[in-house]
Amino acid sequence: MSTFMDNVNQSLMLKLQDWLVRYGFIAVTILLFTWFILTEETFRQPSTLFSMLKFTSVVAIVGLGVTFTMVVGGLDLSVGSVAGLAVTVSAMMMVIYNLTGLFSGFAVLIAGAVVGLLNAVLIVWMKIPDLLATLGMMFIIMGLKLLPVDGQSVSSRMILRDGTVAPGKFTDGFLQIDRFMVGPVPLPVVIWIVLTFIAWFLLTRTRYGRIMYAVGANPEAAKLSGIRVEWYRASAYVISGVFAAIGGMILSSRIGQGDISAGNSLLLDAVAVALVGTSVLGIGKPNAWGTALGALLIGIVITGLTITGFPYYAQDIAKGVVLVIALTFSFTLSRKKARFVPAT
Amino acid sequence: MTHSVDMKDISMSFGSNLVLRGVNLSVPAGRVTALLGANGAGKSTLIKVLSGLYPEHGGTVFVNGAPALLDSPSAAKKQGLQTVHQRVDEAVVPGLSVAENLLFEKIAEGEKGSSGSLRSLLPKAREIAQSLSLDWTDRFLRKDVYELEIADQQLLTLARAVVDEPSMLILDEPTSALSAAEVDNLMAVIRRLRDQGVGILYVSHRLSEIDALADTVVVLRDGVITGTHEKPFPWAQALTEMLGEDGVTEASSTAEQRGDTEVLQVHGLKLFPRSKPFDLTLRSGEVTGVIGLLGSGKSETAEALFGASKVKPEEMTLKGKLYRPSHPSQAINRGVYLVPEDRAKQSMFQGWSIARTVTLPFLETIRRGLVLDFGKENTVAQEVIDDLGVVAQAPTQPVDSLSGGNQQKVVVGKWLHGSPEVLILDEPFRGVDIGARRTISRKASALAAGGKAVVVFTSEVDELLEVADRVIVLVDGEPRLDTYLSQTSREVIVSTMSEVA
Repeated sequence: MSTFMDNVNQSLMLKLQDWLVRYGFIAVTILLFTWFILTEETFRQPSTLFSMLKFTSVVAIVGLGVTFTMVVGGLDLSVGSVAGLAVTVSAMMMVIYNLTGLFSGFAVLIAGAVVGLLNAVLIVWMKIPDLLATLGMMFIIMGLKLLPVDGQSVSSRMILRDGTVAPGKFTDGFLQIDRFMVGPVPLPVVIWIVLTFIAWFLLTRTRYGRIMYAVGANPEAAKLSGIRVEWYRASAYVISGVFAAIGGMILSSRIGQGDISAGNSLLLDAVAVALVGTSVLGIGKPNAWGTALGALLIGIVITGLTITGFPYYAQDIAKGVVLVIALTFSFTLSRKKARFVPAT
Repeated sequence: MTHSVDMKDISMSFGSNLVLRGVNLSVPAGRVTALLGANGAGKSTLIKVLSGLYPEHGGTVFVNGAPALLDSPSAAKKQGLQTVHQRVDEAVVPGLSVAENLLFEKIAEGEKGSSGSLRSLLPKAREIAQSLSLDWTDRFLRKDVYELEIADQQLLTLARAVVDEPSMLILDEPTSALSAAEVDNLMAVIRRLRDQGVGILYVSHRLSEIDALADTVVVLRDGVITGTHEKPFPWAQALTEMLGEDGVTEASSTAEQRGDTEVLQVHGLKLFPRSKPFDLTLRSGEVTGVIGLLGSGKSETAEALFGASKVKPEEMTLKGKLYRPSHPSQAINRGVYLVPEDRAKQSMFQGWSIARTVTLPFLETIRRGLVLDFGKENTVAQEVIDDLGVVAQAPTQPVDSLSGGNQQKVVVGKWLHGSPEVLILDEPFRGVDIGARRTISRKASALAAGGKAVVVFTSEVDELLEVADRVIVLVDGEPRLDTYLSQTSREVIVSTMSEVA
């Protein structure tokens, strides 16, 4: 009899465990959200919510790019520096060279793609391990972007090398990237949602995405299935570079000047968000909506804690705790191998 | 004559899997004893017991008549049992000089100061080199092992094992990475060690080397010694002992097929640095079975035909047109498909469903506009499941959760569902139950009968007899026999496999 009860208890425990792996993450998000809503009046105002989403969008978009590199079994550590590069490049274009916001935006996207391509060359064709290659790239970019601006932040009416005053300024159009509202929703949040949707579609509904996951799961088997593994891995780094550039562009529009330290903290946050994303819904694989939810959870935690008076300089504790809990879901609790996997 | 090492009733099991079932083996001093055995016979388990890696083994190992407790690698070394493992790169320490590597154990045990200058090691290192008649100069001894050729690394690991003056030396496939001249060099060193009175246990698949080197040949099969032979070695008999003679092989269910149309012509395929280039023609309408021992070049040939290897034939033509695949994708586009040897490593994706696994090479066919048609994908997978009788609940079930035989059916069915011109199956029956084996070999015959070329690579005679119409025996990277099954016999095949160059 007691063994029977033990069996029942055991199967209940397993069910609970599976439930936790699948929905635990979302449950935690909802619980936290409810808690903050109930206890903090400020949190109840829609404006707080939207500013929270807006504040989260940059990390989320950069993290989305990192997700692509994680899908092919790699990681991109240069994303923070690419976002920083985007800030400096956009400011230079508009302030120093007096170019249009539209042109500056394109320049930023191309810069991101070029860095991604360089990463791809180092990793895929020169066979340098991804962490090391993108770490090297990170340092190169962080240093390189300071050269044309003499190590100075770029702001309107700054004095240039030849003693003249900078001719341009951040255009109104460019500033609208961060400020424009679609109804009650800030434009960066719309961009975030649209990009997440595109990434989800690409990764789960198309041939391209299917192959990307195959390359990440078993590169040798992928090659023997006729897949040009190198090209798909390379594409992930280009996408990652472009997404980081988009995040940097929003950041630049928000700051309104070419702050040389912008983007520095983005790297760890973006990687954390993508890692948290692998745990969502117990999928156990990097995925687009997971990354978005991961960013949302970290956003909620940080906003909530800030409102409750938690010291802002210790926010990293919260990020770390969320990350570790999420990893517990996918590594410690998940019994993945014995389960049906939902088609992703 | 005293036996330096005697193994009495050595057994070893992993869970319920009894790998060694009472091995009795003597390795006398001053002689080379060769150990022969197929994959899974228990060779590496026996070597690990002798290296002190399995203290929980049954039976006793006697060294010079006294029972020896082999409960750790260092205990085994203290007893005078030294093992030179197959992977050289795991045995040398890059970043250190040859001399430092040679005396590494002494340094690690603190007998030589770790700060000791390289110069203080040189006299001892020179002495060791001279004792093996290796003409290693001081300049060579100072070199970083990273700069050494693989053959020199192999000699270094051997020399290092000799430093402690072992009573028995175990050599596990020491020549697998060496060229012919390098093999001669290594054999000379082994002979010198033997003449100095060291007992040598030599494990290799290369019959020609064993023939030249060994004084005794011992055959291991299914965890027991099935034969012991002295010179001159009866190779055909040894091979039968090694591969088994479950002579009652069911005749092929279908009559022997003879192909007429040449589909794939291969010219100048040179598999190994020391093998001669050869030509090969595959015909449609028959199943070609290529048999050979491990290291005979089976997988190398399969991958060369599929464009998955650096080894490229001088020229290939497929259905009369030039065929020069530099990547598997080009082979697949031309209808040349490969079911690779190692299912888990080369065909499966962790957690992937049957449907995803099956459609991966042919995603174009289930694409509708931009998106993949999951309904069509499941239909295709269900067809594969029905066609090969895969025991599965649904197309969405992960391949990892199926039995080995059903996994293999999925992997084979994936390619059958394309449009194959040439289907290459590399060891398709490994880890597969008899039912799945029948299904797969029937499918292969049917495909051949339908006018396609099928080639099966295997190392098991029984499998060959079951599936093949035409038989090619591969020895040391070259075909030695090319005939039809009805014109040859099991004995001829086995004796050709055991032909010594």
